[in-house]
Amino acid sequence: MTVIATESLSKRYPRVTALDRLSVDVGPGVTGLVGANGAGKSTLIKILLGLSPATEGRAHVLGLDVATEGAAIRERVGYMPEHDCLPPDVSATEFVVHMARMSGLPPAAARERTADTLRHVGLYEERYRPIGGYSTGMKQRVKLAQALVHDPQLVFLDEPTNGLDPVGRDDMLGLIRRIHTDFGISVLVTSHLLGELERTCDHVVVVDGGKLLRSSSTTDFTKTTTTLAIEVTDSDEHPDGTSAVREVLHARGIETHDGGGLPGAGHVLLLTAESEDTYDLVRDTVADLGLGLVRMEQRRHHIAEVFTDSDEQRKEAVGHGG
Amino acid sequence: MAVEHPLTQPGEQTRIHNIGYRNYDGPRLGRAYARRSLYSQSLRGAYGLGRSVKSKILPMLLFVVMCVPALIMVAVAVATKAKDLPVDYTRYAVIMQAVIGLYVASQGPQAVSRDLRFKTVPLYFSRPIETADYVRAKYAALASALFILTAAPLIVLYVGALLAKLDFADQSKGFGQGLASVALLSLLFAGIALVISAVTPRRGFGIAAVIAALTISYGAVSTVQAIAFERSSSGAVPWLGLFSPITLIDGVQTAFLGASSAFPGQVGPSSAQGLVYLAVVLALIVGCYGLLMRRYRKAGL
Repeated sequence: MTVIATESLSKRYPRVTALDRLSVDVGPGVTGLVGANGAGKSTLIKILLGLSPATEGRAHVLGLDVATEGAAIRERVGYMPEHDCLPPDVSATEFVVHMARMSGLPPAAARERTADTLRHVGLYEERYRPIGGYSTGMKQRVKLAQALVHDPQLVFLDEPTNGLDPVGRDDMLGLIRRIHTDFGISVLVTSHLLGELERTCDHVVVVDGGKLLRSSSTTDFTKTTTTLAIEVTDSDEHPDGTSAVREVLHARGIETHDGGGLPGAGHVLLLTAESEDTYDLVRDTVADLGLGLVRMEQRRHHIAEVFTDSDEQRKEAVGHGG
Repeated sequence: MAVEHPLTQPGEQTRIHNIGYRNYDGPRLGRAYARRSLYSQSLRGAYGLGRSVKSKILPMLLFVVMCVPALIMVAVAVATKAKDLPVDYTRYAVIMQAVIGLYVASQGPQAVSRDLRFKTVPLYFSRPIETADYVRAKYAALASALFILTAAPLIVLYVGALLAKLDFADQSKGFGQGLASVALLSLLFAGIALVISAVTPRRGFGIAAVIAALTISYGAVSTVQAIAFERSSSGAVPWLGLFSPITLIDGVQTAFLGASSAFPGQVGPSSAQGLVYLAVVLALIVGCYGLLMRRYRKAGL
């Protein structure tokens, strides 16, 4: 079953081409839509909601044609915008009830669903207070609640982790995962951070300049080699621990790069982890040298990595990522 | 997020459990219902209902201010056993135009600027309703709110007149004419206020602009009319009345609704001129609606 299907979908404005013959099929589950700012993500969502006609090509959402059945689509689909969209002087409950009624829910059902949905997104007593006093994380939850309150079959989440601190980000990603696993709602979530989506999505679609770069399941992405960043301490025996590790790793046939021009990156070594064994090798090497391993972490993919396989560009991309 | 905890731990009994997600399979009432919901929410909002206590003060106060003179007039009429009410039904809104202006200036921007300022508009359009539904619901809500404000004192006058045992047929006719006049006024004022407010997301600017549009046009028109009248070119007086909302209403009701004109020397428009007045009023109402539709066509996401 296909949730979203587009067929050479194009959107041209007088001076820019926002979407360029985009053909992609999205199945049920959590799908990430990745692209830099201006890659055409928001334009795509606008077309899929039936709010903006495509210049050419066709698109179907839940089997409904976006050109002719926009209202029917919007009844079955939820949308969480990227920007702030909440009036500060009403409470979350009042606001979400109103939005539920705007989706066609009768008054009693709207109130009941609002209470349920706010609880599911993690808003409890504070839901009776005006939204103006909420933290960014709470506001994001309200925005998510209004997209889910009418129990849609599919939700579009536009940059839901924007502006959140790391903990809030993890909470939000967990919540997005639950929208599918617990609520049974398919999700299309946009982000410009591929690493973030890798942890949440079943499938990732990458667009750039309105064109489809790649559409594959997340497991395909993780199959590709990951970049590992390590940092070690110095010891009396090895005054420059970093270079000592580098030499040993070189001797074992592993290429390393410097951490790039970032502050504090002088002691960071980047290397490519071909398999699980690389992790063991690094651990053993550091232990044998008697050094302390300050950190060993996977560097998050930068969007640019997806479409460059050349090592030189990857090194540069890694330098900006994380 | 509530996590399911087993009830085995003592002291945990009061915890609210996550009973899991429930799907909704009840009715979805669609576009017309959503439009009605937006209408009633906006209409209630125009009197501060469902909003903070602070936002109830001004509309409620203006509503009281609007009705009190009617109550006094009725009291006087009943007490003195007058043969007629001190003020015509059609004249009441013209006398109270400052209050009406204040009300529409404060609630017009409230109706549309908030949605623009806090970018709530995209949320509406990501739901079944379309641009036309949004514009109609908002327009109808503000016009209804204005009608409530302007018709309530007329009802007070009418009930008072009946209590004072004034002529029933005469009073009913006047009351009907008054209602028709304020209905037209509500549509016209609501349209003008919404068009001005929809331009700016800043509520303050909206309020100032609406007040300016109503009072400056009225001030200018009545001044020029007075000058024209003094210079004994009273033929120009009715034509000048076309240039401000309240004098437009005055002209229409003088020509068709048996009102006595508030123009200098009571030089109201003739029937032919009245048709021009009516045409201008209707054109303004339709024009305002068209402008609002244009304004929101691009406000999608």
